[in-house]
Amino acid sequence: MRVNVDQDRCCGSGMCVLTAPGVFDQRDTDGIVVLLAERPPEDAWRDVRDAESGCPSQAIEVTEE
Amino acid sequence: MTTAAHPSAPLTVPAARGGCPFDPPPAYEQARDEQALSRVQLWDGSTCWMVTRHADIRSVLRDQRFSADASRPGFPFLSAGRRALTTDLPTFIRMDDPAHARLRRMLTADFMIRKVAAMRPAVQAVADDLLDRMTAGPGRTADLVAEFALPLPSVVICLLLGVPYAEHAFFQECSSTMLRTDAPPEEVSGAQKRLLDFLTGLARAKRSAPDDDIISRLVAQGELDDEEIASMGRLLLVAGHETTANMTSLSVLAMLREPAQAERLRQAARQDAEGDGTALDTAVEELLRYLTVVHSGLSRVAVEDVEVGGTLVRAGEGVLCMLGTGNRDEAAFPDGDQLDLERPGARRHLAFGFGVHQCLGQPLARLELRVALPAVLDRLPGLRLAVPFEDLRFRHEMAVYGLHELPVAW
Repeated sequence: MRVNVDQDRCCGSGMCVLTAPGVFDQRDTDGIVVLLAERPPEDAWRDVRDAESGCPSQAIEVTEE
Repeated sequence: MTTAAHPSAPLTVPAARGGCPFDPPPAYEQARDEQALSRVQLWDGSTCWMVTRHADIRSVLRDQRFSADASRPGFPFLSAGRRALTTDLPTFIRMDDPAHARLRRMLTADFMIRKVAAMRPAVQAVADDLLDRMTAGPGRTADLVAEFALPLPSVVICLLLGVPYAEHAFFQECSSTMLRTDAPPEEVSGAQKRLLDFLTGLARAKRSAPDDDIISRLVAQGELDDEEIASMGRLLLVAGHETTANMTSLSVLAMLREPAQAERLRQAARQDAEGDGTALDTAVEELLRYLTVVHSGLSRVAVEDVEVGGTLVRAGEGVLCMLGTGNRDEAAFPDGDQLDLERPGARRHLAFGFGVHQCLGQPLARLELRVALPAVLDRLPGLRLAVPFEDLRFRHEMAVYGLHELPVAW
């Protein structure tokens, strides 16, 4: 699994940090998404998919590769 | 794809609730179960679409072809008062990107997860102090709304914004009038004007004497004038007040009605105190889903022709997204009408909206509920209603649902 985030689309809701805290964080200056793990471990995949579908601004994209 | 026929007598919004005051109006639920989109009539005789299903609400709220800009023709207003509020100085919730994103991003750092988590001891101290005061006297009854549920988020948002809490009677009255859907528009505008004047004065004062708060920081940033800062402060102050306050009082009432759920919440709170907050997180998400205090519908207007749930919404037509029915949609939440504090996937609720306008303060709301509910249950184990359930006054006429008072005894 590969994760991509679009910081321009992000609205800083923090839903991804709440859902998959090891994979996503927020930038201190403006709360915008920061990707911690571009290729997250398998045990986080389910949470990452939840974070993708729960992201209100569609700023997270997951590709299976 | 079909274009739904307009029924001869469309459903009127807002509709009345039914027997259970926690449930959305039966008319909305029936509409959801019958068809994806329904035509509804508003207070001024105009009509718009009502979106009631979980998946459709999500798709509308994250689609930029639906605008939040209230100055666009066709934008559906829920009352004359709501229309009056938006014609003055619009806040970013009534703007589209990029203007919306620019303003919202001035605040996102203040409400990010890590920063809000660090506020936990402060929020806990406020909750403990309020409960100390409430239980200090010889009496063993109180109005939980006035003594606890409302002052808790009020003190916290005042601290964050830099608004003196001593003025709370004034701004709570303004805030409350602004949220009334049955008030004359002049009254609603007047309340907003008084609140804006107060906050403009505050911003001006902080230019010469800055402090460590949001208003001071916005002043120092230099991108907004005092009126714009006041407008942003007004949004945060009102949004920060009534939402958590009503979630807290309704949640406590739901616990009093369902002792088994109250016991689950107590157990979740014990686990949280031992360092595992998972069960408490789930319980709070379920209460947000089940109660959905923002009950009057989120307004958008289509800027292009868009198909929603098989129905064509034409450019210039308004839509109202009913978060409450979306949160009880069986397709998203099996047995959705049941409160189940262990529900898996409760976090997929729409209580904070969805899309780029999703509630900015949601981490703070979650923290306040995680602190407030265990505090009440822990301090007042014998808590019960001090009046018959039937005598409680629910906030049907307010944009944010909840209770006017919650008389309790312990």
